[in-house]
Amino acid sequence: MPHSVDAAFLALPYEKLAAHALETATHQGARYADFRFERLKGQDIHLRNTSIEQLSNSDTVGYAVRLVYNKAWGFAAGYELTTAAVERTVTEAVAVAKQLAALGADPVELAPEPVHKGTYVSAYEVNPFEVPDADKVTFLTSINQAVLASKQATYADFSLSQVLENKFFASTEGTRTTQQRVRVHGNFNAVRVDPKTGTFDSMRSLAAPVGRGWEYMTKGYDFMAAAQEIPGLLEEKMAAKSVEAGRYDLVIDPTNLWLTIHESIGHATEFDRVLGYEANYAGTSFATLDKLGKLQYGSPFMHVTGDRVAEHGLSTIGWDDEGVAGQQWDLIKDGVLVGYQLNRQMALKLGLKRSNGCAFADSPGNVPIQRMANVSLQPAADDTTTQELISRVERGIYIMGDNSWSIDMQRYNFQFTGQRFYEIKNGKIVGQLKDVAYQATTTDFWNSMEAVGGRNTYVLGGAFNCGKGQPGQVAPVSHGCPSALFRSINVLNTAQEGTA
Amino acid sequence: MKSTEIIDRILSLSQADDCIAIVEESSLANVRWANNATTTNGLSTSRTVLVIAIRDRRVGTVLRRYVDEAGLEALVREAESACELREPAEDFAELEGQTETPANWEAPAIATNTAVFKPLIKPLAQAFSQAEAESQRLFGYAEHSRTTTWLANSRGLKRRHDQNKGQIEMTAKTADFAASSWIGQATADFTDVDAGALVTSLRQRLEWSKTKVELPAGLYDTLLQPSAVADLLIYAYWTAAARDADEGRTVFGKAGGGTKLGQQLAPAGVNLYSDPAESGLEVANFEVVGGSSSYASVFDNGVSLSRTNWIEDGKLAHLITPRSWAAHQNTTATPYIDNLIMATPGTKSLEDMIAGVKRGLLVTCLWYIREVDPQRLLLTGLTRDGVFLIEDGQIKGVVNNFRFNMSPVEMLSAITESGATVPTLAREWGDYFTFAKMPPLLIRDFNMSSVSQAT
Repeated sequence: MPHSVDAAFLALPYEKLAAHALETATHQGARYADFRFERLKGQDIHLRNTSIEQLSNSDTVGYAVRLVYNKAWGFAAGYELTTAAVERTVTEAVAVAKQLAALGADPVELAPEPVHKGTYVSAYEVNPFEVPDADKVTFLTSINQAVLASKQATYADFSLSQVLENKFFASTEGTRTTQQRVRVHGNFNAVRVDPKTGTFDSMRSLAAPVGRGWEYMTKGYDFMAAAQEIPGLLEEKMAAKSVEAGRYDLVIDPTNLWLTIHESIGHATEFDRVLGYEANYAGTSFATLDKLGKLQYGSPFMHVTGDRVAEHGLSTIGWDDEGVAGQQWDLIKDGVLVGYQLNRQMALKLGLKRSNGCAFADSPGNVPIQRMANVSLQPAADDTTTQELISRVERGIYIMGDNSWSIDMQRYNFQFTGQRFYEIKNGKIVGQLKDVAYQATTTDFWNSMEAVGGRNTYVLGGAFNCGKGQPGQVAPVSHGCPSALFRSINVLNTAQEGTA
Repeated sequence: MKSTEIIDRILSLSQADDCIAIVEESSLANVRWANNATTTNGLSTSRTVLVIAIRDRRVGTVLRRYVDEAGLEALVREAESACELREPAEDFAELEGQTETPANWEAPAIATNTAVFKPLIKPLAQAFSQAEAESQRLFGYAEHSRTTTWLANSRGLKRRHDQNKGQIEMTAKTADFAASSWIGQATADFTDVDAGALVTSLRQRLEWSKTKVELPAGLYDTLLQPSAVADLLIYAYWTAAARDADEGRTVFGKAGGGTKLGQQLAPAGVNLYSDPAESGLEVANFEVVGGSSSYASVFDNGVSLSRTNWIEDGKLAHLITPRSWAAHQNTTATPYIDNLIMATPGTKSLEDMIAGVKRGLLVTCLWYIREVDPQRLLLTGLTRDGVFLIEDGQIKGVVNNFRFNMSPVEMLSAITESGATVPTLAREWGDYFTFAKMPPLLIRDFNMSSVSQAT
């Protein structure tokens, strides 16, 4: 049953403040203005073994005024909940636009969007902020106890983050939306130390961050089963043979592949990067406008969508932070680049009549910028299993779980590691490997994809805090994908890297 | 309600054994530009109220980014009730006691605004026009923040710190994006920023980029500019918690137990330290801790900070150690400090060092640095916005970018020459860790693992 918006948020005076802000902005000469009011509740719990190292609660309330003055943006944010303070914030936003006018601005034009009025609440069962802290700590402690009871792990850490996000948006165009989203991310990390040799390694549980409530912790991912399995796997991994560097066929599990999608497709198809808006920071993209409709990004069956509507997606919204309704669209179809992620300003630059709704600000103090939609690789129409993909491999590695990741500033060259690496010989898993990293160029990698698994292998993974922009902002985003088979990928031995 | 009134009210409402109240007022002005025109900008203000309640050695922590007078009692009670959940804290230590009230305790915080960028406006506007005329593109970002922190506890401790912090970064590209250069500078107030000189430096780098040299992956003698050195050593600093090393779970632990303290990591004469009073890099001279970890303890809030040598004459001298872990290990507390300086006997400028290189690479800055193997602290990442081939002391042209795989700890032993230490802005971590002074370092056999097509 859908939840209603938190009563404490509804009791805040955002309607009155919005009306005053928009009226003041118009009076001061703004051609367009919007007012965004937010409350962000957060709780982080960190257990070091069975002790709470940190349990912190945060609650942020504030608002932002964004306006177009003489074709340039002006933005200011405040926190005092009075009409006088809001008026001051509007004046500051105008002053910002005026003070920087001599530098010249990229003239602001916004793609049209229908006026929306409504309320959106994300799909979850149990609001984590209504679960007693004692219950949460008892649950997390029981998991760490199980990890430590194995004697195969020396230490166990558990980190849990939970967010309740409320946003109210109003613009001079007439849109008025109220939203509530809930998300959680928890995982434990088992560490094994061999004091005699001074060697150590770790292995993490594979729970994805999700747009769900506390129910994901208790029944969405089986933490207890993982706590009982992972210490043994960790001990086995430390004793496993070190990989021989070279080319291997890879079967990549969704728990690892989501991150490769995020970095090599998600960020590469952000249109602000194509335009150079991120050139000084996050970087640009090789997937430039001249390649739209032409670039063979990957194998002919590769189908990647962008969306802000997938159930439990971390980027899923009712309306974005420019008042654009959530949508779904193609980014890569039949292996060819066919779309980008946009905000209203960028949609016009691309010659489109409407934004696909990718504006997001991570807090009331930050301006909305183009942020990532849920970017997902679609599964095969048949019911190909991961085991069937593995059976096609003569010499390869099956990779589970994400770990280290890095990609260059145009999204060509990447390197990823993982949590677990299983050696495949003649279609069968024969044991674990260690010291594995795979390195490739984006289009080489995706064109080497020979097959994807069916819907039965599809998992929604994601990132809780993807960073971008200046000043820096974080955004939650999901990526669904099946298992997939890649041929002849360069694998490094990380223990040998950098040793002369 | 004034911030000091909020603090007084929290402490008077407290029914716990002890209470720590921290209030921060912050303002941040920023402007961003791309393709020779501004894109986004902003001015934001915020106030953060943090209450740490301590009862029977148990800790409860609550943070609010908005609270009115009527909500203060509920805030304090929430922190106190959070104590009930906890076991006695492993990192318990007696709170710091009575201090003299700072003379400026009651003075209001001074907010910044976009007027602070005034020294930039004219030279930047000129640079945009010039770049447009010459088919070049300028991108960049400037920000300035002012943060006032008031910290007090129920033992009578009162501390205040006012932090001015700013940075400017600029990237120049040719119109086809085939060549790129970057420069960054940290600043307190922009009065020391010569935007015209920054642009001139960028243009020189683009000039060097007219000749292109393709080089394969491999081991190269590499001259790292101070920004790149800062990014690598900041990561190593973030890994230097004593407790983690004592437990054998970082690169600073050693076989047989214990840590690498005392081991020679770098050539003699190399020092790495933090100092809250470092000229130009001044930061709070007392601890401000929102949550405990192996790096810091909430019980240490308000503890005085002073210069700490992490590496002394090439040997690992100290690890980051809160008071509780120091007591546990019967050693001295050496808390985390928010700046990092490498000092060496080197006195040469970057230009003089280039002149002395027979054959090697000059790296402007690094990007997307991530940990690959914690055992060695192997890091991966990319060179960015200018890798140049040096032959016989001369820049021969721009080289393709590389992905590197290299441990900053192992790198220290491969230093073959260091230059004069200068203020720098770490390209990747500079927005979190702004205050650094580093020398350029010449590293033997820096591992460029593969070629990146990015320009």
